[in-house]
Amino acid sequence: MRATRHLAATAAALTAVLALATACGGSSGGSGSVGSDGKLHPPKMTAQRTLGPREGAVNLVAWAGYVEDGSDDPKADWVHPFEQQTGCTVHVKIAGTSDDMVSLMKTGQYDAVSASGDASLRLIAAGDAAPVNTDLVPNYKDVFDGLKLQAWNSVGGVAYGIPHGYGANLLMYRTDKVSPAPTSWGAVFAKDSPYKGHITAYDSPIYLADAALYLMRTRPELGIKNPYALDQKQFDAAVALLRQQNANIGEYWSDYLKEVSAFKSGDSVLGTTWQVIVNTAQSEKAPVKAVLPSEGATGWSDTWMLSAKAKHPNCAYAWLNWIVSPQVNAQVAEYFGEAPANRLACDHTVDKGFCAAYHAGDSAYYRRVWFWTTPIPQCVDGRKDVTCVPYAKWVQAWTSIKG
Amino acid sequence: MRPAGAGPVGRPGAGGGPGRGPVRAFVRALHRRPRLRLTLLLSAPLAWLVVAYLGALAALFLSAFWTTDPFTSDVVRTWTTANFREVLTTSVYWHVALRTLGTALAVTAVDIVVAFPIAFWTARVAAARHRNLLVVAVLTPLWASYLVKAYAWRIILSAGGPLDWALKPLGLSGPGYGLPAMITVLAYLWLPYMILPIHAGLANLPEDVLEAAADLGARSWRTFRSVVLPMVLPSVAAGSVFTFSLSLGDYIAVQIVGGKTQLIGNVVYSDITLDLPLAAALGTVPVAVVVLYLLAIRRTGALDSL
Repeated sequence: MRATRHLAATAAALTAVLALATACGGSSGGSGSVGSDGKLHPPKMTAQRTLGPREGAVNLVAWAGYVEDGSDDPKADWVHPFEQQTGCTVHVKIAGTSDDMVSLMKTGQYDAVSASGDASLRLIAAGDAAPVNTDLVPNYKDVFDGLKLQAWNSVGGVAYGIPHGYGANLLMYRTDKVSPAPTSWGAVFAKDSPYKGHITAYDSPIYLADAALYLMRTRPELGIKNPYALDQKQFDAAVALLRQQNANIGEYWSDYLKEVSAFKSGDSVLGTTWQVIVNTAQSEKAPVKAVLPSEGATGWSDTWMLSAKAKHPNCAYAWLNWIVSPQVNAQVAEYFGEAPANRLACDHTVDKGFCAAYHAGDSAYYRRVWFWTTPIPQCVDGRKDVTCVPYAKWVQAWTSIKG
Repeated sequence: MRPAGAGPVGRPGAGGGPGRGPVRAFVRALHRRPRLRLTLLLSAPLAWLVVAYLGALAALFLSAFWTTDPFTSDVVRTWTTANFREVLTTSVYWHVALRTLGTALAVTAVDIVVAFPIAFWTARVAAARHRNLLVVAVLTPLWASYLVKAYAWRIILSAGGPLDWALKPLGLSGPGYGLPAMITVLAYLWLPYMILPIHAGLANLPEDVLEAAADLGARSWRTFRSVVLPMVLPSVAAGSVFTFSLSLGDYIAVQIVGGKTQLIGNVVYSDITLDLPLAAALGTVPVAVVVLYLLAIRRTGALDSL
């Protein structure tokens, strides 16, 4: 009798809590989606017309190395000058993957994000990113034309952000442990690698594209034209290659500091990297080098986007203009190791040959670099006779590859 | 405790004069109604328990029945059991769940083996005046940050690191990052949680049963097996509740020293950004395992000695 009453009370309490959870949990609602035509239908939003008074603070989500205040490297500081000029205090959250960025922006706590192409369209479709009025960003006019209103930063001719910079994922190796020096991604995909247990790879489903890119060159019979447009057969081949690679992996990385420490200690001797990681490791006296392998590489073209729920939109606009200003864009590009988006930035780099070395504005060169894009069922390489494997399946496959 | 409500009936209005204020009336009402007193005392902590603790669990369980937009990762509130079906039918989740269970059991076993001699020493061998100090020493590592300890182990276990260096003269090398490293680090992290209950159990062992065993001619091994172990077993089980459940949910150490190993904790952690409902469905697995474990432990009577 007593037990029954007790049970009933518990059940009643649980029901109440469930009702509460249903009422306040869940999605933000009113989000757009990808239509059957493969085109994006973002929720209707209009860009800000004019700038108001600045709010005194701005919350950013960024890749490591994009928002530096001198604490990592005393010479790399473009946050303090911004704060002094605008009165906007900068708070930054470093994200390790595009997926982290997408989920952080969903919280609505951030004003702007440095989104790569595999995050930007998801943010737009979900209604998490707002259109950007480029007239309020004076430095936008100097951005390379080849970066303006591209598929990854605009929808239907409406800009959703300001291009920041672009570059390629590289192959890093320990010069004292790896010889001969690698020139091909084959070094990380070889079955009988002498570096078994010391190979590393980027810990994100988008890494499947690296395998697809390698297969594009080494197994032409698969007919891969774009590493982000994989039909089931091509996808399975890439998954099989990564499963085989898994046996040789020591650890995966998405935290760039973890990769620096692994290469310093020699736990990792070979694997994918970003130029900023190479620079950091070298500055800490690790004997490492990085190359762009012969097959080309995956890469990123990043865009500073505004949150649809920004609490500090005017400070965010000030940041957007600041980060693509010639001097600052040059600083970021040199620190991170990527091509700047602003063509005038090339006059401000410390190393005068920098823009040439990173092929800034050289669109022919960047045809070898496949910028991160979110895979969708409508093949992004234009094929109409097959459906491609969407990103959700890439995510599941990634868990199963790691086993 | 005296039986509630027995006192006041006999002497209403005792004290006379100042007994008219509202506070006084309230106190008197409370005094007369023990149930009201109990309700007021418990409502705040109970509300906390129900809303914050059970509420979080319920929200987790509920969201496991939702799904996500495959492109934007937004949670879509349509009722489906697909997540549970996926967790139950995909082989990789079974492998990960079993690996996690195995890790938790291994950590518990290592902790029992290491903790028992230490607890025996601190509780029965060491001089009585040192015992409290020794307990403090056992607890000291708990005051250091978890991350500091885990990263210290990352350095110890790294290629050519201190462990490799120490084992080199023997012609051996350390395990490197991976499952053995995981088990070592988790066993180290949770060791105090195992030592303390065993220490308490051993310290409470009555002297006379040990003397009786000696009088009856039992040697030390026989005494340990037939007298000490059965009496301390509930304490060991109590300690294992900590080591087992803490290991089952850990997702940080595995990222630091686990190499490419996946445990339930870090699969949930990586799914939570893209597929919250699936992560929630996965998250119910350790909850179910811990509940089963607690039910099993309850039969040993260990929960009484917590």
